[in-house]
Amino acid sequence: MSSVDQAPGTSTMDRRAAVARLLEARGDALVVTGLGSPSYDVHAAGDRADNYYLWGAMGAAALVGLGLAQAQPGRRVMVITGDGEQLMALGAFATIAVASPRNLDIIVLDNEHFGETGMQGSHTGHGIDLARVAAATGFADTGLLRTLADVDALCARLAMAAEGPRLHVLKVHAENLPRSLPPRDAVFVKNRLRGHLGLATC
Amino acid sequence: MRADPSTDWPRATYDALRAADVRHMAYVPDAGHSTLIGLFEADGAVVSNVLTSEEEGVAIACGSWLGGTRSVVLMQSSGVGNCINMLSLPVQARIPLLMLVTMRGEWDEFNPWQVPMGRATEAALTAIGVTVHRAETGEDVVATVEQAARMAFDSDQQVAVLIGQRLLGKKKW
Repeated sequence: MSSVDQAPGTSTMDRRAAVARLLEARGDALVVTGLGSPSYDVHAAGDRADNYYLWGAMGAAALVGLGLAQAQPGRRVMVITGDGEQLMALGAFATIAVASPRNLDIIVLDNEHFGETGMQGSHTGHGIDLARVAAATGFADTGLLRTLADVDALCARLAMAAEGPRLHVLKVHAENLPRSLPPRDAVFVKNRLRGHLGLATC
Repeated sequence: MRADPSTDWPRATYDALRAADVRHMAYVPDAGHSTLIGLFEADGAVVSNVLTSEEEGVAIACGSWLGGTRSVVLMQSSGVGNCINMLSLPVQARIPLLMLVTMRGEWDEFNPWQVPMGRATEAALTAIGVTVHRAETGEDVVATVEQAARMAFDSDQQVAVLIGQRLLGKKKW
């Protein structure tokens, strides 16, 4: 088990810039997004058939990613979600760690707030460190990042083969950026992704 | 040789699910599912996930379908209560979902705490938009699962098969 060096202090980064860098380096990774701002951030970087956006089912993102990763073991799956969404599924850390996929990367955009509902403070602003939770459950690689330079280093790291599931927390500014709305038609988004994978749609 | 559903419905159910090309199974255990769980976990062609809470299985099954693998989620009736909001994903996205639910709190139950959720199971599933079928005998379970798999995977439905506590028998202490 290893972890990215933690940048000291309390600095945070621009979430859209961080997500754009991660997606630029995604290769053929399938991307699953958690509801709210992470879905907008990924959509703002460019709508694609291999993006799977969630608009609800809070707590689902990492687990949809697990199911997809297990069904597509030859592809990397990257989940991009928020601190609030992931906090709702702390049990998922245990389930994913036990399943131990080598092709699942989880990125938590952590602004320490529930941004969609009025910027109420979340647990991560009160000492809960999701990277340490993931490390404690047995994720192969975890880290907490505070700068875009850290993200560039992470992109290089994620391009390398994984020993197991990886989770990285990106500390981002607590701000509500202009929304970039993905399609809300869940059947369309489902069929578009399956079509991308060469699977039957209906 | 095909298992006799009247005497070995878990084995016959497993055979039916494998014949339906189910290659993923997720579960929170229940005594009534123990044989079925064991059969899946011993099957090298099936990926199994043990869950901390039942709604995880709903989300994993959806991801599995997105990636081209058919899944079944096994749980006890108490776990249905944990699933409700997560079920909005397969219902809204019209993702095939097959749940097998062993019932508690409805027949010869010794634990009163099982009764409220047992009573609410069918109503809760129906309320969120899941189709519910009940099965009370071994033959009934197998036939119901066979058609539920077709409804789920060929007709994009979200289907729960409730397996009656009368079939499962009294919990032994």
